[in-house]
Amino acid sequence: MLSTCTKALAALAFMTSVAVAAEEGVHQEITDYEFSFEGLFGTYDQNQLQRGLKVYTEVCASCHGLKFVPIRTLGDEGALGYSEEQVKAYASTIEVYDPALNDPDPVGDFRPATPTDNFPENNSQGAPDLSLMAKARAGFHGPYNLGLSQIVNGMGGPEYIASLLVNYTGEEREQAGTILYENTAFPSGWISMPPPLGDDYVTFDDDAPADLVNASKDVAAFLMWTAEPKLAARKQMGMTAIVALGVLSVLLYLTNKRVWSRVKGSKKS
Amino acid sequence: MAGIPHDHYEPHSDAERWVHRRIPILSLIYDTLYIPTPKNLNWMWIWGIILTFTLVLQIVTGIVLVMHYTPHVDYAFASVEHIMRNVNGGWALRYIHANGASLFFVAVYAHIFRNLYYGSYKTPREVTWIIGIVMYLLMMGTAFMGYVLPWGQMSFWGATVITGLFGAVPFVGESIQAWLLGGPAVDNATLNRFFSLHYLMPFLILGLTIVHIWSFHSTGNNNPTGVEVRRTSKEEAARDTLPFWPYFVIKDLFALAVILLAFFAIVGFMPNYLGHPDNYIEANALATPAHIVPEWYFLPFYAILRAFTGDVWVVIAANWLTGGIVDAKFFGVLAMFGAIVVMALAPWLDTSSVRSGRYRPMFKWWFWLLVFDFILLMWLGSMPAEEPWASISLIASAYWFAYFLVILPLLGVIEKPTARPQTIEADFASHYGETGDATGMRLPGEKSAKPAE
Repeated sequence: MLSTCTKALAALAFMTSVAVAAEEGVHQEITDYEFSFEGLFGTYDQNQLQRGLKVYTEVCASCHGLKFVPIRTLGDEGALGYSEEQVKAYASTIEVYDPALNDPDPVGDFRPATPTDNFPENNSQGAPDLSLMAKARAGFHGPYNLGLSQIVNGMGGPEYIASLLVNYTGEEREQAGTILYENTAFPSGWISMPPPLGDDYVTFDDDAPADLVNASKDVAAFLMWTAEPKLAARKQMGMTAIVALGVLSVLLYLTNKRVWSRVKGSKKS
Repeated sequence: MAGIPHDHYEPHSDAERWVHRRIPILSLIYDTLYIPTPKNLNWMWIWGIILTFTLVLQIVTGIVLVMHYTPHVDYAFASVEHIMRNVNGGWALRYIHANGASLFFVAVYAHIFRNLYYGSYKTPREVTWIIGIVMYLLMMGTAFMGYVLPWGQMSFWGATVITGLFGAVPFVGESIQAWLLGGPAVDNATLNRFFSLHYLMPFLILGLTIVHIWSFHSTGNNNPTGVEVRRTSKEEAARDTLPFWPYFVIKDLFALAVILLAFFAIVGFMPNYLGHPDNYIEANALATPAHIVPEWYFLPFYAILRAFTGDVWVVIAANWLTGGIVDAKFFGVLAMFGAIVVMALAPWLDTSSVRSGRYRPMFKWWFWLLVFDFILLMWLGSMPAEEPWASISLIASAYWFAYFLVILPLLGVIEKPTARPQTIEADFASHYGETGDATGMRLPGEKSAKPAE
């Protein structure tokens, strides 16, 4: 039944989408990539998150930070499936700034991270923190602010991130001393971030394809995890609540019918 | 209670008598639980219970969230992320609390429009209605301030825009705004006072809820016919009513379970759907979001606020008549608050002696147009302030005022109501037949229902 509803809404959204695209002026091209964590039962793909972490560490982290994400959560249930040792090993590869360190500088210093640290923040100019980026951007809109598209497709955060990494056209222009790169997923069409990824920039440990599209999807999935680490638990709660309340509703419906049968005769048609 | 004749509490045991002589609390519980309730109440009479439940849900989740939240501009956003990541079940608490606000408003709008259709606001229930409007205003204040607490971009800029409305008040506006904000702009002082008030106001709502219930327990419930329960004798009253327990308690619990089912589907599978993505970006006074949009439940009134621009003739007239004191911005603010004031005045603006819209053939059409108007305004509030939406907003806003100020007073005079049932008993019988023990009370010696049919 749900899929019928979804299809009906999708048809409705499609009918009006043409008009909206023309009206909103700037048209964002967001590809509706498939992700394992979509749908009622979808959860994160451990291997994809591990690949995404690798892309993040080797590419994104040079400018962006993940300051809200504790490193130990890499080993959480429903996360990357890392053992304690793997988390420790990963933590030791990155450095965090510790204001409590007084040697040699009295205002703190860098030291190797431990699992209890958060990922370091990175204040490179124009590079926002990525912890929540997958929830802070909506790839899908409309039609006409009715929000129907987001009911059908989801909010579109990870799709936006993957599309942004893929949709560089190769055009550049200089504006006020900054080079802007044309990107059809970016709201204004021109972004100051140079194309960060390309085919086989990263080599994955599990021999998964590392072409631009796949690497982009992997890092988008990873960033969805950093933004919403409790997604699996949340869906499980939703499912449990629906089943429990469904049973309760049926029981209360029957109770209600029984209670009222004392005063109600058979309903007149 | 209610002037509806019915059996009152009698203490039966020594213990009950002991308590009753000292504090009549058992009597209060008994009379509340067994209050005679019109037996023809339909499914639109469930929202009060939903609202009460939601208020408790919000207070309970809110109290626990406060244990982990830090009301300081440097830590608020991070502390919300701490709740989402490090606090056991924190994500569930926060998502329930955030979406609970939406559930609250869905229920309150259904409750308000139920009142408007069945004329529940009419005499003698004006006080109940006014208390309800005050609670609704407190709810809006609470929701608005609660949305500021996560200290995201929309929190910050929403607070800036809404407190800016008070700056539009002539002469004293800027002082009021600075007093509300605790400074020249939204900052730490604002966050702290909003946090304090966000914690206080739900308890004011809780107190008013008790007064609200007390007042309609004094007048008795309205019902879909608008015909009063007969008070001439206990027997006649008993044929119009049923005790609240178990009939309405079970019915309300069933409705609550169904609504919570939908609520948890949203919390579990699309918890951010009703929010705004920009609020996952930490507040930044230097970067204005592209679109500052309030939460969905404020949109109808936000649309009214924006509808009255400087080129509308009533605004020009008001400006001229007041010598420039009422400018377009202030007019918009007056219109927004006025939209709620005219609704509050409905008991005195509605001249019809017939309560229920069911027996008012012309009223029905205007009422459903008002419902459509409300939904239309909600949508217009989310659209950019440009043509053709601006013109449609103006027409839709004008209808909101016309409904209360022109249509309600006129209809009472020109409309010819259809025949109403003589009694609630007759109405109930016409739906369900006369079978069964109509009082719902078990007769002496009658067996209770068997556990299974």
